[in-house]
Amino acid sequence: MTLALYVPRASPVHRMPAGWKLLALAGLSMLVFAVPTLPMVGGALVAVVALGLVVARLPASLLVRQARAVLWWLVALFVLHWLVTDVLTGAVTVLRLLALVLAAAVVTATTRVTAMVAVVERVCRPLQWVGVRPARIGLVIAMALRFIPLISERADRIREAQAARGGSIRGLRGLTTTVVPLLVQVLQLAHTVSEALDARGADDVPVRRGGPRAA
Amino acid sequence: MRVRRESTAPVVDPARGIEMRGVGHRYGDRVVLSDIDLQLTERRIGIVGANGSGKSTFARLINGLVVPTTGSVLVDGLDTRTHVRDVRRRVGFVFQDPDAQIVHPTVAEDAAYGLENQGVPAAERAERVAEVLERYGLAGHADHPAHLLSGGQKQLLAIAGVLVMRPARIVFDEPTTLLDLVNTRRVAEVIEELEQQVVVVTHDLDLLDGFDRVLVVDGGRVVDDGPPDSSVAAYRALMVHR
Repeated sequence: MTLALYVPRASPVHRMPAGWKLLALAGLSMLVFAVPTLPMVGGALVAVVALGLVVARLPASLLVRQARAVLWWLVALFVLHWLVTDVLTGAVTVLRLLALVLAAAVVTATTRVTAMVAVVERVCRPLQWVGVRPARIGLVIAMALRFIPLISERADRIREAQAARGGSIRGLRGLTTTVVPLLVQVLQLAHTVSEALDARGADDVPVRRGGPRAA
Repeated sequence: MRVRRESTAPVVDPARGIEMRGVGHRYGDRVVLSDIDLQLTERRIGIVGANGSGKSTFARLINGLVVPTTGSVLVDGLDTRTHVRDVRRRVGFVFQDPDAQIVHPTVAEDAAYGLENQGVPAAERAERVAEVLERYGLAGHADHPAHLLSGGQKQLLAIAGVLVMRPARIVFDEPTTLLDLVNTRRVAEVIEELEQQVVVVTHDLDLLDGFDRVLVVDGGRVVDDGPPDSSVAAYRALMVHR
């Protein structure tokens, strides 16, 4: 499991500043909701796929994987609309959602986490006037992306260890025998990570960072 | 206990190395180190001891991750209690578990983290990161998720993330414990090639070959201190009688 989807390529989409890409994504979201017609959402979907595959030269498997992740939601939405409204509305809704999911995947796959985090920090900059440190918010996001897969892997290891000893990994008992040791491991990890942050100069971060991070 | 107090204009004297004066440390009622008086100026220093002997606390004292309950620790003449930021810029720390040290999702981003904290400009940051990743065979993984690296590569990334900050001294806390034989050898070579002063806490006695000085820590005290041959022999004798 990994949440870091960045695919390195030398494309104009990759070179575009992260802030512009996020703005374009927001603009596309508003457009497909403001003009809910089949040509509009169908055109948006085709444009997004073309942008991802041809311009950004992303692997098709990446977009297929993202689409597959929401496949059952799309099917359920379409069936719901077919029963409650009509087929055309169902098609528009499904294509709109698919276009936005793929557009988000294209943005994520062409933007480094640090560049994305730098945008978040810029957006949060006004909060420094009430004592919030934007750099810390950025670090929290980056660390979440880094540690969610790691903690998921450790949960898998605990489940395997329980299963190897004949323990149940299902039901309430399975949950408690997984959650408690995982919590202990996460707390130990958190302690060491805080030491590592100290050792790597986290305290040196100024309240106001002097400029954007490297993209 | 962490102290953030910093006084101005510290007097730096690299020739003094690492000094511990009457150092003791306790966690609650449990004494983990006591009566440590020594000066470490050699280039390669090893620390061995049984589990729970206090050697990891000893290592953490050196860059101010732990401040002593009694006495003082000085690095290049800087007290870790009052100049912790200056000390940490001089002393890098490599942890046993690289997963706890790698805080960014991708390899290059993580290697750059310490430099960002030091306020190094983006262009120089990119250059130094590229250089250190090339040096440790990670250049081809620069944009890869750190999570997907092998154990050995993660440890090399953890070392790269410290070296890129160009500290004068580096403390390694059991750097090979989680590694296989090939990666242990690779990390040993990396340590051997370093120009900086290195302090290595380890259970891997082979790692200490060619070191200048080895301390044996037991029950919170330094019970032997000398060249590797005699100190390792003393350590083995100590463990045989347990």
